[in-house]
Formats: sequence, C-alpha cells, structure tokens
Amino acid sequence: MALPYEVVYYHRQLQFGKFCQSSVDPVTQHNTQQAQRKAAMAVLAHAEAGEIAARLRDLALPAHQDLRAPENGLVMLRGRVGGDGAPFNLGEATVSRAAVRLASGEVGFGYSLGRDGEKARLIALCDALVQSRDFGGLVERSVIAPLREQLMVRRTRVAEETAATKVDFYTMVRGEG
Amino acid sequence: MYVAVKGGERAIENAHRLLANARRGDQSVTEVTLDQISEQLGLAVDRVMSEGSLYDRELAALAIKQARGDLIEAIFLVRAFRATLPRFGTSEPVDTGAMRVQRRVSATFKDIPGGQILGPTFDYTHRLLDPSLAEGFVPEVPAAAEASTAPTPRVTDILGRDGLIESSPEAEDGAAVGDLTREPLNFPADRDLRLQNLARGDEGFLLAMGYSTQRGYGRNHPFVGEIRFGEVEVEFAAEDVGFAVPLGAIELTECQMVNQFKGSATEAPCFTRGYGLAFGQSERKTMSMALVDRALRARELGEEALAPAQDEEFVMSHSDNVQATGFVEHLKLPHYVDFQSELGLLRKLRQEFAEANAPDAMKEAAE
Repeated sequence: MALPYEVVYYHRQLQFGKFCQSSVDPVTQHNTQQAQRKAAMAVLAHAEAGEIAARLRDLALPAHQDLRAPENGLVMLRGRVGGDGAPFNLGEATVSRAAVRLASGEVGFGYSLGRDGEKARLIALCDALVQSRDFGGLVERSVIAPLREQLMVRRTRVAEETAATKVDFYTMVRGEG
Repeated sequence: MYVAVKGGERAIENAHRLLANARRGDQSVTEVTLDQISEQLGLAVDRVMSEGSLYDRELAALAIKQARGDLIEAIFLVRAFRATLPRFGTSEPVDTGAMRVQRRVSATFKDIPGGQILGPTFDYTHRLLDPSLAEGFVPEVPAAAEASTAPTPRVTDILGRDGLIESSPEAEDGAAVGDLTREPLNFPADRDLRLQNLARGDEGFLLAMGYSTQRGYGRNHPFVGEIRFGEVEVEFAAEDVGFAVPLGAIELTECQMVNQFKGSATEAPCFTRGYGLAFGQSERKTMSMALVDRALRARELGEEALAPAQDEEFVMSHSDNVQATGFVEHLKLPHYVDFQSELGLLRKLRQEFAEANAPDAMKEAAE
C-alpha cells in the first residue's frame, strides 16, 4: 500500500505530461481530459458499487493496483448565506476515497459520498481507465454511457412526477358579494 | 462538583442486556430494517442527519434503531460517530439555485419563473388519521406530467434584481469560514457561525424561538419568500486530484424568509432577509431557522434587542440538544458525594437555626 504523498507525486507527473503520450498540445489535452474525467465521476458518484462492478466485469481490464486503499472520512459541506452570499459550514458528510494505478501508469481517483470503499475503488479504476488511450473509449461506451442513461431515466421520472404537482393559485377578488 | 463513583459493573452490564431486549421488543414481531427506517421514516432520518450534523442516511437510520426511536439519543450517537473519522476537507459551497427541485413554493409571489411546485407535502392534508395505512397499503402510482426544463431561480434573486430586497452578504476577501466544531464559540458571533449553530440546532427549540418572534417577542414581520426542497450536487476540491471532484448529490431544504423593510437617510428602504438551510426535507426546521436568523440580526440592523430570540448568546448557547441533554440528563447520575456535603451543610444550618430560636429558658439553663 502506498502513502498519500506518492499519489500526489504520480499525479504531478501526469499533470506535467510525463504520461501523456500524445502529440496534442498538453495544456488543451489536459483540460479536455479533465472535463471528461469530471463528467465520468459525476455519473459514477450516482451509481451503486454493484452497478459499476457489473459493467466492468465483462471487460478485459489491464493490470492495476491500489495506490491508496479505500478510506472513509468526512467532508464539511458548505452553503451560502441567502443561497448566494458568503459561505458557511452547514454540516459534514461521510465520504469514501481511493486511488488506483494502471500498469501503464495512469492514476485514477475515486471520491464518493457515503462509506462504500469498494465504490470509491471502482470509481478510481474507471477514472484511471478514462485517462488511458487504450481503454478510455471502451470504459465510456461500456460503463459510463449506460450508467448515465440510467441516471437520466431516474431523474426524468422524478421530474415528471414533480411536474404533476405544479400548481396555479388564483387570488380571490375581495368584494361585497 | 461531580465526584465519580465505582462499582455496579454487573448491574450495569445486566441493565444494558435488558435494554437490548427492550429495544428488540416482542421477538415474534418482525425486526425493523435500516432500509425500512430510511425509506418509511425518512423525515426522522432527515432530522437526525441535520441535528447530528452528518449526512449519511444509513448511519442515521442505524442510530434511530439503536436509540429505540429517541431522536435526540440518535443525534447524540451520530455526533459521537462523527468524531471517529478524519476530515478530508471542505466542499465547494453548494448551489441551491441549481437544485433539482422536487418542491418549491412561495407565499409572496404567485407567478414565479419555474412555477409553484407542491411536491410531496403534508400541506393541504386534513390531518385525519388514515386507518387504511395500518397494514398492506399500496399507494397509487404517482401522476406524471411533462418534465419542465425551465430554470427555477431563487425568488430572492429575482426580487433582488430590482433592489427591493437586500442582497446577501459577500464574503470578505481572505476571511476564514468559522467552524464551531473546531474553535470554541465566542460572542459576538458572525453570521456564518450563527447559521452553522442554527443548522445543527434543535428543531423544537428553534420552532419555539421562531414562534416567539411571531407572537411579538422581537417581531420582524416575516413572509415565506420561498421554500425549496430537492437534490444539489456536491463538489470537493481534492488536492491530490487537482480539480473539484463530484461527490454525488444530497437532499436539502432551503427557506428564504422576507422580512420587514428597513431604510435610512442614505439607503432606499428594502426588505430584509432571514435564511434557513438543512439536510433532507426539513421545512419546519428551515422556516424556524430563518425566523431566528433574522431575529439574531437585530444588532446589525440597528434594532432594539430585547427579546430572547434576538439574544445570540442565549439562542446559540441553548440550541444544541446534545449539549442540553448532556447537562440535563447528567443530573440522574450518582451525585452522592455532592449531595452528602450539601446535606452536611444543611444539618449544620438547621442546628444553628434551632439554637438561635430555642426558648430563652433553655438558653439560660445552658448558660
């Protein structure tokens, strides 16, 4: 098991383009890749560990290892005064995190609300795969896209049920009658 | 002064065994599961998360089960658990304007962009006990309508554009956000600390305080500008990752209270505000919080602070039900040494009293 500072070390190498084997402008590539990773994480954080595992199971995955074993902790959640003003501390949430490194060098991070360490590890693995030239497309097609679809279906259902409770209040005219 | 006692281990152990049995109740009755508590007693879970100051549905459900439904005991358990975990850091402030609203009403404006959405609410129910819920109840499938894609801006933001309502206070550059879990409370306390205190404060206490302002003890003429409930996304700027990482979504309730206006020789009159925010669907809590938040702004707004709800030291020192229950409930623990010394003193005083009031004959005889 590696120590947290090694995680930072590998990450810095990644940032400085050491593991970027493409001829594309490293800065632009970094930004698009970052957006891609974030979009993938946004989907994965909403899925159950079992759902992610089931979709990864059928893939021929590259060798990988835990860089940071799953760990549970807290994140202080912040709100803003009036919704848009100065920040304040609302209360904490449990969060699980992990880091995974592929044999080819990509380092993935997993963070998720709750205490499911396995879910954090699977998110980290997916994050590493998203960055990989060989597996990025595959994981997007086979894992993230279907989970995104599933999430959208769930959200649409809630939105439709919510929409049915939209109300129009009429103000009664005050009069003698 | 409290002096510790020793002994009684066997009795304590047996009492806890008896408690475990009392908690389980009649074992021919099916045991309640955490999923059942989370799904069917969801608002109790929301309250335990809010006042336990820890967003974790499963832990809150476990706490409720362990506490036999005593919510303050459950909140105590959650607070104690919280102290066992390391803190990774603080989230980016959540954006309630981008909430996927499941409920959103305004008592002040009929026609708001995005509309009034009742959502799952007790409002307009008749509060008659429903015998059909006693067993085997299967609810009708919810009605559905075309999902709206219209944005749902905060009502206060719309009103704010015309300057009719005061804007939210901006953060001062470089000012650290106060955290009462890290530093002891000092008075006067800034609004960030006050809101953190109220957000984890006891719902009953805040309800009574808010109610007292309505009844005239620090009146501030409130209207519900907006209440909204739904999911917001949480992001955490993880240092090792190098960008703000999505953590998933939490459910929040937000209340924007619009209050009596204020102006001065240099400022045009405008409505003032109180703010409430809490985990889960917690409307009574956020409304009370917003009323008390506004009352506690008396000093800042140049109002005379005479009522309890306007006294921040009084409110903030008594809002926390874990602290309150700790101090009240410690009275039932053995105070034998403490009480013995009081008893000794009282006996001495009584003897002196008896001597001072004895008939003169006795005194003379004694001399």
